[in-house]
Amino acid sequence: MTNFTPSEMMTVAAARALKNDDVCFVGIGAPSAACNLARLTHAPDITLIYESGTLGTAPNVLPLSIGDGELCKTALTTVSVPEMFRYWLQGGRITVGFLGGAQLDRFGNINTTVVGDYDNPKVRLPGGGGAPEIAISCGEIFITMKQSLRGFVEKLDFVTSLGHGKGGNDRAAHGVTTRGPTRLITDLAMWEPDPVTKEFTVTSLHPGVTRDQIRETVGWKAKFAEDVGETPAPEALELEVLRDLHARTKAAHEGK
Amino acid sequence: MAKFQCLAEAVAENLKDGDSVAFEGFTHLIPHAVAHEVIRQGRKDLTVMRMTPDIIYDQLIGMGCVEKMIFSFAGNPGVGLLRRFRDSLENGWPLQVEIEEHSHAAMANAYEAGAAGLPCAIFRGYRGAELTRVNPNIKFIKCPFTGEELAAVPSLRPDVAVIHAQRANAKGDVFIEGITGVQKEAVLAAKRSIVTVEEIVDDFGGISPNATVLPSWTVTSVVAVPGGAHPSYTQGYYGRDNAAYIEWDKVSSDRDSFTAWMEENVLKQGPEVFETRVAHLKNAG
Repeated sequence: MTNFTPSEMMTVAAARALKNDDVCFVGIGAPSAACNLARLTHAPDITLIYESGTLGTAPNVLPLSIGDGELCKTALTTVSVPEMFRYWLQGGRITVGFLGGAQLDRFGNINTTVVGDYDNPKVRLPGGGGAPEIAISCGEIFITMKQSLRGFVEKLDFVTSLGHGKGGNDRAAHGVTTRGPTRLITDLAMWEPDPVTKEFTVTSLHPGVTRDQIRETVGWKAKFAEDVGETPAPEALELEVLRDLHARTKAAHEGK
Repeated sequence: MAKFQCLAEAVAENLKDGDSVAFEGFTHLIPHAVAHEVIRQGRKDLTVMRMTPDIIYDQLIGMGCVEKMIFSFAGNPGVGLLRRFRDSLENGWPLQVEIEEHSHAAMANAYEAGAAGLPCAIFRGYRGAELTRVNPNIKFIKCPFTGEELAAVPSLRPDVAVIHAQRANAKGDVFIEGITGVQKEAVLAAKRSIVTVEEIVDDFGGISPNATVLPSWTVTSVVAVPGGAHPSYTQGYYGRDNAAYIEWDKVSSDRDSFTAWMEENVLKQGPEVFETRVAHLKNAG
């Protein structure tokens, strides 16, 4: 087997979750790497959309920011930001939204706003940006995040964007008709919501990962599906394409 | 009709203490040169708004120019958090800035409503989001036709909009391309506007009939400031100075290094310095 890092495993697993006919709302960081890896491997026709207004973009290197020129230059077209949020996101044209965050709970609710009290913050984070509406308007949501006790918490300090709320039918009770978080892809495992409780449940462990590692990195009592599989390790081609993408990106951002 | 002015005059005439002002730009075309002039002129008690406040808002806040900030994502794009903004919120230095926080969809809709002359924006948003608890300017209304509950926020109608664009022509019409963000909406929503441009040309030549152009009579003041978006970028002119964004994280980490940097790079400088700052980035435009 080829050697790979947990972070590479996470990106590859997230990329595999995307389909060739998906229209994907992409965030910066891990989601951006995963979406572009999908485009460069099994999903060449995937439509990638960044909230800066770039529609159908195919960056040669990963953007540092959500509005890099590379995104605009390689896009089919670039629309204004109000149009992006009104016609494309709110209009229901996005099949998958990719989110990450500072804190996540077992129902896929996310906090990117504040650690501590909102009016008296311990750490003031950037805030929601597009997330509150991405979370409710995309057909489904994939979350990708590295597992840690700091990030995977029993109770969020602030609910920036809605996942499955308090679980069960709570999402629908908020008047939201989209599916919400359907996959959580971490550096250790693949999780899916339980069909009834909507609590994230481990469905597949990445190669070499133990159940104890899962428990030690999650601030709630982690649940496991009846059949927990093993995530197929990254293939040589997936790793090669991903590493090339990162190398090109590094060279481009350090180039001048 | 837009007036062609120098930067100091444009700011002095259009932006007063206590005004509300939108310095817009979505990673691209961020009007740094104007923000620096505002700091040099020592404006106070501003209400600043922007979807993605980044370094210039960190600088305005750190220099004590800001009373209130309306925003939806406050970060150093691609790098991390805004340290001067955090110091203000967490420790009250140099002033405790009041915040009104929204989502991107809300802000984008609110500028559009402002441009359209409406009092509020209506959209499908904020469901299950906790900002509704802490921001009294987020309300819900019922669609009179379908009964669907929709979010409503007040439109954004700043006293002044500030943007950077590629070119103005001899009449003062403004041409803007690439990632255009909410700049057109912000200018049309505002009472007055200051637009800095890379260059002033006789006419635009062969641009698309659907190009984004702000007619001269919608713009108050046009100022040529080559490089005026640095360290942001201007498509077709120069690339983004990623190193400067990374450096800002260090500069802004400490009050003394911040103050010294502002003294050296803003207070002692003028708008002409921006052209030299982008000289090494021209190939990346």
